[in-house]
Amino acid sequence: MSLASHQRINADLLRPLRHTSWKFYLLVAVFGSIVLVAVSAWLAQTYLGFGVTGIRWPVYWGFYVTSFVFWIGISHAGTLISAILRLVDAGWRRPVTRCAEVITVFALMIGALFPIIHLGRPWLAFWLFPYPSERLIWPNFRSPLVWDFFAINTYLTGSLLFLFLPMIPDFAVVRDMSTGFRRRVYGILALGWRGTTKQWHRLETAMQIMAVTIIPVAVSVHTIVSFDFSMAPVPMWQSTIFGPYFVAGAIFSGIAGLLIAMAILRRFLHLERYLQPVHFENLGKLLLLMALLWGYFVFNERLVTYYGNEPSEMAVFWRTQRESFAPLYWTMVVCNFVVPVVLMGIRYFRTMTGCVLASVCVIVGMWLERFLIIVPSLGHKYLPYSYGIYRPQPVEIIVAGSTFAAMALLYVLFAKVVPIISIWELKAGDHQGRDLTPPAAEEHPLGEIHP
Amino acid sequence: MKWGMTADLDRCNGCGACVTACHAENNISTVGADQASRGRAKHWIRVERYWEGEFPDVRLTFRPVMCQHCENAPCEPVCPTYASHHTEDGLNAQVYNRCIGTRYCANACPYNVRFFDFFNPSWDKPLQLQLNPDVSLREVGVMEKCTFCVQRIKATTNQAKAEERALVDGEIKPACAQACPAQALVFGDLDDPESAVSRLSRSSRGSKLLEDRGTQPKVTYLGRQD
Repeated sequence: MSLASHQRINADLLRPLRHTSWKFYLLVAVFGSIVLVAVSAWLAQTYLGFGVTGIRWPVYWGFYVTSFVFWIGISHAGTLISAILRLVDAGWRRPVTRCAEVITVFALMIGALFPIIHLGRPWLAFWLFPYPSERLIWPNFRSPLVWDFFAINTYLTGSLLFLFLPMIPDFAVVRDMSTGFRRRVYGILALGWRGTTKQWHRLETAMQIMAVTIIPVAVSVHTIVSFDFSMAPVPMWQSTIFGPYFVAGAIFSGIAGLLIAMAILRRFLHLERYLQPVHFENLGKLLLLMALLWGYFVFNERLVTYYGNEPSEMAVFWRTQRESFAPLYWTMVVCNFVVPVVLMGIRYFRTMTGCVLASVCVIVGMWLERFLIIVPSLGHKYLPYSYGIYRPQPVEIIVAGSTFAAMALLYVLFAKVVPIISIWELKAGDHQGRDLTPPAAEEHPLGEIHP
Repeated sequence: MKWGMTADLDRCNGCGACVTACHAENNISTVGADQASRGRAKHWIRVERYWEGEFPDVRLTFRPVMCQHCENAPCEPVCPTYASHHTEDGLNAQVYNRCIGTRYCANACPYNVRFFDFFNPSWDKPLQLQLNPDVSLREVGVMEKCTFCVQRIKATTNQAKAEERALVDGEIKPACAQACPAQALVFGDLDDPESAVSRLSRSSRGSKLLEDRGTQPKVTYLGRQD
């Protein structure tokens, strides 16, 4: 496409980097102060003792572990979706991939904090790390929590690379358009990118490798998170279906998170030209697919439990199905299944508004799903004498709730320093079909040799 | 050595002496009524009460429940730091200093006999003077549970070794067994087929708590006969 259109892409997508409006400061101040409140709440919890939370005998996991699983789930938006779309070379992915990959990295960073936040002695969290010590005590490699440590770190490293690689040419664009200190910073980030054919070739190869690698890693991460539950002999936890069930739920909530993020970015950064209804509609179809898959897994899990009729499991089953947790349970079913299937299944509703509405419901529903997996089972283990009811306390609500502000804050800051839509991929989209397989000897279709 | 216990439900009258003795012996802090109502009470041994039937035809059963020291303990593999681990003489040990408070062990325990320290322990004066010097205090954020009074086991074993003699059956008594006025609790070596605990646990009245979970508990309950 023409030079003019390239310049317009540059101008549109780099606008947030070059101009700072008062809205940016306002958003940072609002989200930043919420995060600060949450940090002080957690410090107070550490100082006063864990008893300020609602955690009790026998419900030893609550909002914190729910948030952990929820955010690790959200992290499946990005990398997985963008890797799959890259591999199948779906042309419409171009404006979406980076928004998605950023969600992955930030959601993982937030989620990975919770295993530390929820510790009784968080200052000793490093004992989970397999570091050589004079005591020669390694972590217990049989513990699913240690598996979590490895899985999350692998995924975080992989997604950081996967996010960073396609940013290199964009950093070079910013570098070439700026001066002074900013030029130096982006120059370092651009890693000496000059846009030679060899560099493009290596970038494409690296991204192909990462895209193929990250998919099994993503699937394994949430399977391992599900092992935290399915490995323990707790009613309704010991289920062989938890691995795929959690992965499906994770991708489901991830797509919902991505749709919401896209809608907000579109509105605030004026990206109407790039994030078009077709992107929402296509992701809406994916959301529909995942809603059906989620419904299948829940139906399967519930039916098998009901048919098996094991007494301790049935106690938990009825507790969620029609006793104290029933309102939450049926809210979850409506939010995760009824609303998305109706809104996304009928073409008339599959608009941007419809997508956002369905996504908000899915976010609520998936959070409830994790809560309903963890708490009712723990409060209703085998011996009736030790049944217990969990009531979240302010500190937990603040910390769990503030994660959404933390996500927004990180997103706002990121969109300030990096083009949130991949500039070069968008431009490459103009050259149909040649972008992902650059001929080594010819001039690259992107053709921009940076001086 | 394989330490085990039997609890005779015919003898247990639910007096709670075992609970009190356990608190005193093991320096278990009490948390007060308010915290106790929020599920923060720590009773390494508790007397579960089960009512059957409608008033006035009520049948009441007491069941003292402590850590069952499972041979196949669900709490052990899940601990990321080996705080919960199996000793050579079959005890299900908890190393407080190694615990970082993930509370995973307590979730995995089917018996709910693991207790978390939600606050630093404190004692009203002069109760701090009765603390047992043989048992370490637990700080906030760690998990604690019944140890079968491991301090008594160690002390008596060392004493016997010093005197160059074998342990006598019944020589070691955990605080709960010692305090039980009805002698419902019997402790001893399950590897010795002649020990009182071995003979009792072979009784036809014997059963294990939640045996179907496959945890292989070392506490045997002798069922009521009426």
